[in-house]
This record gives sequence, C-alpha cells and structure tokens, in this order.
Amino acid sequence: MTNVGCDQIAQVIQKDEKIILEQWGSYQLSSFTMRRDLISENEVKQESRKFLQLFSGALQNNKNDKLTGNEWDDVRVLLADVSLSRAKKGFSPSDTATFIFSLKQPLFNIARENFKDIAILAEVLWNITVILDKLGLYTTEVYQKGREEIISRQQQEMLELSTPVVQLWEGILALPMIGTLDSSRTQVVMESLLQEIVDTGATIAILDITGVPTVDTLVAQHLLKTVAAARLMGADCIISGIRPQIAQTIVHLGVDLTSVITKATLADAFLVALERTKQKIVKVAV
Amino acid sequence: MTNVALVLPIQSSEDIVIARQKVRELAIKAGFNVVNQTKFITAASELARNTLDYGGGGYLTFEELINGNKKGLKLVFEDQGPGIDNIQLAMTDGYTTGKGLGLGLTGAKRLVNEFDLWTEVGKGTRISIIQWT
Ligand SMILES: Nc1ncnc2c1ncn2[C@@H]1O[C@H](COP(=O)(O)OP(=O)(O)O)[C@@H](O)[C@H]1O
Ligand SMILES: [Mg+2]
Repeated sequence: MTNVGCDQIAQVIQKDEKIILEQWGSYQLSSFTMRRDLISENEVKQESRKFLQLFSGALQNNKNDKLTGNEWDDVRVLLADVSLSRAKKGFSPSDTATFIFSLKQPLFNIARENFKDIAILAEVLWNITVILDKLGLYTTEVYQKGREEIISRQQQEMLELSTPVVQLWEGILALPMIGTLDSSRTQVVMESLLQEIVDTGATIAILDITGVPTVDTLVAQHLLKTVAAARLMGADCIISGIRPQIAQTIVHLGVDLTSVITKATLADAFLVALERTKQKIVKVAV
Repeated sequence: MTNVALVLPIQSSEDIVIARQKVRELAIKAGFNVVNQTKFITAASELARNTLDYGGGGYLTFEELINGNKKGLKLVFEDQGPGIDNIQLAMTDGYTTGKGLGLGLTGAKRLVNEFDLWTEVGKGTRISIIQWT
C-alpha cells in the first residue's frame, strides 16, 4: 500500500464528504440488518460524520497497512465506542460491522469519479478494501469482547437475583433456588443463608429446589454442606421441591439424604417448619 | 443404525451446562419419558464433570440410535488425561481422589441402560453411555 494512494483518497474524501455521507447514510439505513427500533437516524448520521472525519485524517497520515500506528488511535476509539454501544443496544455483530462495510460502496463510487487512470484507480480500490476490511474486523472483535463483558455482568447479577433468602414466618427462612447450582452460585447461596440465620435468629430454613433442573452428586454435595453449615449455626434445614424423577435419580446415584428432612413441596415443608417452631395457622371462624 | 449428531467441547463449567441442555433436547426429541430424561441428563452431568475435573477437559460426542421401533441416545465422553489406574477402585461407591462424593461413575452406571469404560494410564479415558426409550 503506498502512502500516495492513501493521501489521495483522504483528499477526495474531504472534498466529497457531503456526497459520501449522504450515500453512506442511505446504505446504512436501508440495510436490511439495520435495527431502526434500536437506534435513531440522527445517531447514525452523527456517528458517520465523526467517523469520516477521523478516517480521512488517519488516512492522510497513514504509515503502514496494518493500521497499527497511532494515527489510527482516534478511529479505533470511535469504532470501539460504536461497537460497544451497539452491543449494549442489542445489535448483532453483523449489524455492527455493517457500519463499516456499508462505507465501501460510497467510497468506490467517489473513487471512480475522481481517479480516471485505471492503474491508480485499481490501487485506490484495493487500499480502500484492505483498510475497511481491517476496521470491520476490528468492530467485531470489540463487539465480541463487549458482549462477553455484558454476559458475565448479567451472570453476576443473576447470582444475586436468583438467591433471595425470604423470611416466611417468625423463625422460618426459605430459599427458593432457581437454575444451575454450579459451585460459585452455591457459595453465594450458602453465605446469604448463613447471614440471614444470624440476622433473624431463624431455627428452620427451607431449601426449595423446585427450580433446579438437575441434581447430580455435585449439587447434592453442595446441599448437604449447606445443611451442615446451617446446623452449626443452630438452624435445621428442610429440602423441598424434590420432584419424583429427581427422587428416583438421587436414589440411583446412591446419595444419602436420610439425615435431612425432605418434602415434595414448599407448602409441605412450611407445615413441618410451623410444627417444629410450635406455631400454628388457624382459620378464623366468621 | 447410527447417526453422529454432534460433538461438543467439555472445557469449562459452562460447557457442562451447554452439554446438559443438549442432552435434554435430544432426549426429548428421541421420546424419552421424564424419568429417563432426568436419569440420562444426570449421568451425563457426572461424566462431563469428571472429563473436566480429572481428564483435564475433552469432548462429548452424541449419536442417535435406532433399533427396531426403539430409539436411543449414545453419549461418548473422551479425554486425553491421566487415565484411571485402578478401575475397580474408581468403580466403588464413595471412592474419590478429589473432593467429591465418589458416586459419579457408579451412579452414572446405575442410571443408564448401557455403560462402557475404556481407560489407559497416560493416554486418557473414554466412557460411553446409552439410554433407550
Ligand atoms: N475422566 C477421568 N480421568 C481420570 N480419572 C477419572 C476420570 N473419571 C473419574 N476418574 C477417577 O475416578 C474417581 C471416581 O469418580 P467419581 O465416581 O465421579 O467420583 P468423584 O467425582 O466424586 O471423585 C475420581 O475421583 C477419579 O480419581
Ligand atoms: Mg465425579
């Protein structure tokens, strides 16, 4: 890639900026992946104008075809911003890359207008292709990282969301567990339960596993550990929500739950808990 | 008749979650009843966890089987880890070299219709399980 090529492209971009923006804008907005529901036309236009300015500036100073020089810093920062904000809005990676790839056609158009020498035109088109492909790839890499961060944050949030300890009655706690009980989740479950036992002075805790799809030996071991730890804090546990298929599976696995009170439903467990705490719910005669 | 459906990596805890979901999906598709589904998924969960924890990661291959009017699902867990040097001991209830309950291998065997274990010290471990409708 010659610098002359890049420099000349930069000049025509600056000269024909208006035409390019118009064409690019309509390509982006008409692209069938364009999510009009997720982003406004105005936002697209602003991002485009800013990008084109930084892009032609970087082209003018371009030193190598790897786009690693600091003349590309501003472009990369802007692209990272665009990718991350689109990832957050729920765009797919291809939607995000379309931002860059849809610039190809307008740039080809103005190149054909401005470079009549066929050899120069060929070089210019090649340069544009190489550079835009690299930048497009860059947006998808940033996008990927952005999604991963969002997903891992959501998982963290789920950790806390899905393990609420609720006080059912005086001295009775319930822990409705939902989802996969992997080791980091059970750690959180156990800690929040023990804390609540201390805070409320509860003597019974109901661990409800209705929402846990698979109870394998690891999950069983976590449950048994939680029960043992609660016992040390002075609270007995009842495991409820054991569906028939789970009960059969536990028996085949050979896991011994005989040291723990188990009940089919949370309601059954609640009755046992009331009895244990010498409490009673009565129907009021009217 | 067999038909290799797909291969999944078992390299992280997330992979185990994904593997379980795939087993559930294929078990439902094959027409397993809820008890059989749950048994098979649980066995798969045990073996996948062993592949990751003891085998250092590996692969899970799914095969859909048809025998007359019965449908089946075959899962093969493979790793190139240290292998198991005493199979008899490993296949004893309560035996663990880690911190588990030592019920994964024996439990999985009890939960499925067919269980086959191949292992060689220094080479790896391959366990296949089959469940029929
Ligand atoms: N894929 C494997 N590679 C090497 N060793 C294994 C493998 N799977 C199981 N083992 C050995 O067999 C033992 C018993 O396994 P398992 O019954 O699942 O119990 P646990 O997982 O609780 O240890 C393990 O502790 C381990 O030593
Ligand atoms: Mg195990």
